[in-house]
Amino acid sequence: MLSGTERQELEDAVTHYPDKRGAAIDALLIIQRRRGWISDETLLDIAQFLEITAEDLDSIATFYNLIFRKPVGRHVAFVCDSVSCWIKGSEQVQEQIKALYAADLGQTSPDGRLTVLPIACLGHCERAPAVMIDQDVYGEVMPEKVESIMEKYT
Amino acid sequence: MATIIVDNKSYTVDERQNLLSACLGHGLSVPYFCWHPAMGSVGACRQCAVKQFKDDRDQSGRLVMSCMAPAINGTRISIDDPEAKAFRASVIEWLMVNHPHDCPVCDEGGECHLQDMTVMTGHVYRRYRFPKRTHRNQVLGPFIRHEMNRCIQCYRCVRYYRDYAGGRDLNVFGSHDAVYFGREQDGVLENEFSGNLVEVCPTGVFTDKTFFHHYTRKWDLQSAQSICPHCSLGCNTTASERSGTLRRITNRFNSQVNGYFLCDRGRFGYEYVNSPHRIRRAVVRQERHRGQSGTTEEVPQPFEFAADRVRQARGIVGIGSPRASLEANVALRSLVGPQQFYQGIDEQEHQLLSTILNIFRTGPVPSASIHDAEQSDAVFVLGADLLNEAPRLALALLQSIRQQPMEQVDELKIPRWDEAAVRNAVQNRRGPLFLAGYQRTWFHEYATDTYFAAPDDIARLGFAVAGTIAQESPSVPNLNREAGELARRIAEALSHAQRPLIIVGTGSRSQATIEAAANVAWALHRQGKQPRLSVVLPEANSMGLALLGGRSLNDAFDAISQGTADTVIVLENDLYRRADQAKVDAFFENARTSMVIDSLDHRTAAHADVVLPAATGPESDGTFVSQEGRAQRFYQVFVTDGDVKASWQWLSDLGRATSQKNDRESGVGTWHNFDDAVSATAMVAPEFARIGEIAPSASFRLVGQKVPRQSERCSGRTSLTSHLTMHEPPPPGDLHSPLGFTMEGYRGPLPSPLISQFWAPGWNSIQAVNTYQNEVGGPLRDEMPGVRLIEPGATKVAGWFTAVPRAFQPTDQRWLLLPLSAVFGSDELSNRSPAIVERIAQPSLSLHPSDGTRLGLQEHSVIDLAFQGATYRLAVHFEPSTPVGTVGLSLVPDVSGVSVPAWVDLCAAIKIERTRRAA
Amino acid sequence: MKMERPLTEHIHLDGTTRTLREYVKDGGYRSVQRLATMLGPKDVQRLVTESGLRGRGGGGFLTGTKWGFVPMGPSAPKPKYIVANGDEMEPGTFKDRVLMEGDPHGLVEGMILAGYALDAEVGYIFLRGEYHLSAQRLTRAIAEAYEEGYLGKPLPGTTFCFDLHLHASAGRYICGEETALINALEGKRAVPRAKPPFPQAVGLWGKPTVVQNVETLYNIPHIVNHGSDWYRRLSRTQDGGTKIYGISGRVTNPGWWELPLGTTAREVLERYAGGMSDGVRFRGLLPGGISTAFMTEEHLDLPMDFSSIPPEVGRLGTATMIVLDDHTCPVGFVLNLEKFFARESCGWCTPCREGLPWVARILTSFEEGRASKEDLALLDMHTKWLAPGHTFCGLAPGAMAPLQSALKYFRDDFERHISLRHCPWSKKPAQLRVVV
Ligand SMILES: Cc1cc2nc3c(=O)[nH]c(=O)nc-3n(C[C@H](O)[C@H](O)[C@H](O)COP(=O)(O)O)c2cc1C
Ligand code: SF4
Ligand code: FES
Repeated sequence: MLSGTERQELEDAVTHYPDKRGAAIDALLIIQRRRGWISDETLLDIAQFLEITAEDLDSIATFYNLIFRKPVGRHVAFVCDSVSCWIKGSEQVQEQIKALYAADLGQTSPDGRLTVLPIACLGHCERAPAVMIDQDVYGEVMPEKVESIMEKYT
Repeated sequence: MATIIVDNKSYTVDERQNLLSACLGHGLSVPYFCWHPAMGSVGACRQCAVKQFKDDRDQSGRLVMSCMAPAINGTRISIDDPEAKAFRASVIEWLMVNHPHDCPVCDEGGECHLQDMTVMTGHVYRRYRFPKRTHRNQVLGPFIRHEMNRCIQCYRCVRYYRDYAGGRDLNVFGSHDAVYFGREQDGVLENEFSGNLVEVCPTGVFTDKTFFHHYTRKWDLQSAQSICPHCSLGCNTTASERSGTLRRITNRFNSQVNGYFLCDRGRFGYEYVNSPHRIRRAVVRQERHRGQSGTTEEVPQPFEFAADRVRQARGIVGIGSPRASLEANVALRSLVGPQQFYQGIDEQEHQLLSTILNIFRTGPVPSASIHDAEQSDAVFVLGADLLNEAPRLALALLQSIRQQPMEQVDELKIPRWDEAAVRNAVQNRRGPLFLAGYQRTWFHEYATDTYFAAPDDIARLGFAVAGTIAQESPSVPNLNREAGELARRIAEALSHAQRPLIIVGTGSRSQATIEAAANVAWALHRQGKQPRLSVVLPEANSMGLALLGGRSLNDAFDAISQGTADTVIVLENDLYRRADQAKVDAFFENARTSMVIDSLDHRTAAHADVVLPAATGPESDGTFVSQEGRAQRFYQVFVTDGDVKASWQWLSDLGRATSQKNDRESGVGTWHNFDDAVSATAMVAPEFARIGEIAPSASFRLVGQKVPRQSERCSGRTSLTSHLTMHEPPPPGDLHSPLGFTMEGYRGPLPSPLISQFWAPGWNSIQAVNTYQNEVGGPLRDEMPGVRLIEPGATKVAGWFTAVPRAFQPTDQRWLLLPLSAVFGSDELSNRSPAIVERIAQPSLSLHPSDGTRLGLQEHSVIDLAFQGATYRLAVHFEPSTPVGTVGLSLVPDVSGVSVPAWVDLCAAIKIERTRRAA
Repeated sequence: MKMERPLTEHIHLDGTTRTLREYVKDGGYRSVQRLATMLGPKDVQRLVTESGLRGRGGGGFLTGTKWGFVPMGPSAPKPKYIVANGDEMEPGTFKDRVLMEGDPHGLVEGMILAGYALDAEVGYIFLRGEYHLSAQRLTRAIAEAYEEGYLGKPLPGTTFCFDLHLHASAGRYICGEETALINALEGKRAVPRAKPPFPQAVGLWGKPTVVQNVETLYNIPHIVNHGSDWYRRLSRTQDGGTKIYGISGRVTNPGWWELPLGTTAREVLERYAGGMSDGVRFRGLLPGGISTAFMTEEHLDLPMDFSSIPPEVGRLGTATMIVLDDHTCPVGFVLNLEKFFARESCGWCTPCREGLPWVARILTSFEEGRASKEDLALLDMHTKWLAPGHTFCGLAPGAMAPLQSALKYFRDDFERHISLRHCPWSKKPAQLRVVV
């Protein structure tokens, strides 16, 4: 079931498009922001709201990489794996995260604190390597800086 | 017309095509995957690449996708260009990167478009040396098997299922090289046309699950041309057998009728032929065992017994059947005499059919083929639940609603084959489709407007539409505002259309609705339009039976009860489906002898003294006349064991055995082969005169040879019986058709009714159909699409129907019980096919929620309804589309005996309500 | 001489955004106020055409020409749409982000003007989902513009009323391709559409639509304010205006600079980015994102604009360069690119969907020392077949540009992987970074 506020947010998003379906991606992002991920039930709820089928919505949801159809940790670290960051050592950053939080790419740390995902170029190439945690982008992330950055995210 | 140059040769082509279909139409081999003649181009697979040159000086050229390039005049292309060839081979190589090497165990093997295309491009050697991706498969219900690893991502399945067939529960998921085609979760594919996926998918992702249960290779099938017996539309099918079992039904292209697609009832309903309930022995049942099926007594010579009884009869009642072939009905009529021939349908249906015949015979408006329906640009459906009663027609209407928006597409100069562009330009715009009925289905979501009302009100709407179009036609008194405005909108849409179509159903048994529909069609005609009218009929040969004439079942009952006859012959008919149990019981009770000729055990057969086993459609030759009035031939696929014979043969044998010396010259007794049956039929009525033209006769030969039913590569025929005898048994002969039961015979171009398998060198899949057409998607070469038996005369002017019914008035006590057809469940034959049985819903009663509350019923509860002498257990559905004061009864096998519509006092009839266990 | 930097002159270098007040103070939204008295839609179109403005999204298509295909006049379909392409997922590219974060109102104004010129009354800013900061600032700017009456109300003295929405994407590089973007905006899978019909005729919801890169749109207010002659003179070459150039990789001072179009790569690299980092040497660069071909030492003095780079060398792309140094394995570098492309393929057309992962796997086997001569041939084959026109959209051809040029300029390195049976830079080239 969608909550009242969720519904309200979706209603607002719908006003941006000539048809409800246009808001499908916004809707998925809006609800994911609140619930962390899109479960099968959530998917159905949103689909119902948009008056499309679960197939319709999942076809979209599984296309885009920022929609999570599996549970994620309390925080998500997106490690840029594109070329500028790779040159500057993004693989080491990722190794470091793995060593610290026992989560490889695509995994969630056992304590549920952090999910680690690769991400395409974050557009901070001049400050490579870049990592985005939740919505915050960090540049020049040397492996030794990972732990202090992560302090904020418990 | 345009001229294009392909590899330095000129070809004349229709410039409205794309290069791919233009080339295929000329027999040039260009491989393709994502394109489909019925579904246009999207340019995804890149398989159809050819080299295009700017002009004759351009030597280098550039690769283009032939499916995405228009065949404009002067286009120069090369298919053989080395670069184009190499690129196409690469495309296959990419598609094969993840494709399993499972051809030897794949259901599609031997008729796989991917195999064909791989051979065509010459890709043979695998260079990809990394692991393949794999997928999990889904369980998709009783019809379709799913094997995703074989997918080549041509996107045809979703384009067909969603865009073409209006399905919702299949889609594509994921992206990049991990795209998945399936449902969101395992579960039954809901769309009524899901079976076409089997033919649409170019490889073995979606295959026929019923076929899988008794699988055999395509080339080992013995096949012949069939006509679907499961509704009145007459879709053309190919029925295929091996070792005495009917293995599957596939679509048989007929440009005027079903084109490339069937419905699931037609495709998966065939297994009644293999049913354990088949009657295979001629049996005589002594009187005391009547009614107890299974307790038969061997009379050594049942046929002689039957002939004896016919000889001794003091008057015979012959009861025909709308699901038996025209020839079988004519045979019965001939045996018993026209005066004693009864149509085997109840009074009401009899009335309806004669009205309908009248409308076509005397009116100026022609009937519509399915092809016409697809092309029509405004449609008004009255009282027919197409999805359940005539599914293929619903599929056609899903295409018709694209006709009007296409005009805008033309303005934007987007070629019509450019499917993706067309859809982007059209978006959700749809041409006019008005649906008036009393039960909502998903199909209604495609309607411009819907109207849910009792049959009388639907008729009133129709009369009002007619009255709006042509002032002369009778107007409707006291029409409510809503209906009046709707009528105006419908009238306007129909009047603005180039090819308007009116469709009316017989399901609700409403005479008024049919008359109203005729008035609408005639009104349009009066305005100088060229409308068409389509009437959905109850059964496969209802129209043939109507044309043949004869009295109703009630009259037959009277004949026995009044003693004018004492012997009954029932042809392929379960009378308990058509009349009150008590009446039928009495009928059999009073007859001295009753004989049933039928293929499946049913209550009527159980009451008969003599049962003669009839061949089913695929076991016999015959003609059906579709609701359009199109007579089409079906051919025997295989010879079945037991005493089984075609009904007309039993009747002709009886005729011979019982005829007096002096009428040995005429009558059914003189029929020796099917051609005799056809000639006799042609004489019965003027409208049947051309019946001999619908298909080649038994004497037809090509190069002196018959046409084989088996494929050239049929394997192991000589060893089939090797465990019994080393001698190969002689194949059965076939006196009745130009077909032979072997693999020997003429191979080459054939008149379309004789094409049992579409095959051409290099084209083993169903896509071989392309090689049988002059223009891809157009008629087959030498197409004989059946013969339309009724055409309106040019001078015909019809009067108007004037009996406008009064508005429906709900009453306090009684409800109008209306029949709800079910695509899976209402057809007698397909109901005996296991895959269909799995899809038959529980019997249910639909009522408007307010009526439900009034009756104190709970949604989803189960009630016992005592009605017409029986008690039915029904699930209660609250359905807002059900008109207040009416209730809908789903016509599934458990309730097959009820006679509806009928008024019922629900307060009294509902015996018990149980609340269903919470799920 | 003071170099003019109209797009970025006022952008705060500390990363804070320019407020509406600041924006207006420096002349923002002046163009919009002038429309009533000075300029009709045709005039704006003409100015843009005469300015020679070329799209900054990578293709360099003439903006005025593109606008010319939009049906105008009372019989034109309604509504028409203008879309800002802020998907910016091209690796190595960060110019649009700099603009949107630093000066959100510039984009709003650019869109209003483009909408006005084309009589397109609805605009969308299609923003990549990861640009949260841009999203925040743009949302605010849009709200402010509504409050000020620049949006949602007829512009002063005209009947033209413009609505603007922000759409945050949910990821996927292919969304940047304009027709895929249109599908994404419609709430569908971001699979590209075939052209023709072009979006200018059949775009969003079947209506005429113009998709323009964010940086392109930022230029428009300045063209309207200062005229096309002024604009043309900003550049050093025939293509008008300035360009935001960027550099990433092992250079002393990676970053971005707004410079006249036609500035050479050498100038950007040596003068602005301070040359290569200590201890590493230049081997090549991708001039604008990873869908462009490598340029090497010999090309460094070519003017970096849309017309001066010969097609056999490559193309400008987004003008945000990525530098390959001698401590980085070129095969590993290209492998990284191809993995990206394989992952970001939409899965629609065969060559791209199946070819790119194959290429990536072959390159992996090079890196792992398990490649053979046949693998080189297979790579060559892919560069040949995944060409423009052979695939459905530009993604796969873009993926082949760096590979093909790498096979040309660094073929020795590929061959050494085969003969040595391991990567000469070791598996993890970045470990060599200690040198820096
Ligand atoms: C695979 C692919 C990705 C693209 N990504 C972007 C992008 O992120 N941003 C962008 O402005 N243009 C991108 N483009 C180019 C757009 O299709 C389009 O040409 C551009 O937005 C037009 O704007 P312009 O004329 O202002 O440059 C991409 C093209 C392709 C083929
Ligand atoms: S499932 Fe079949 S039809 Fe659908 S895309 Fe795959 S191969 Fe094509
Ligand atoms: S058939 Fe032409 S691209 Fe698929």
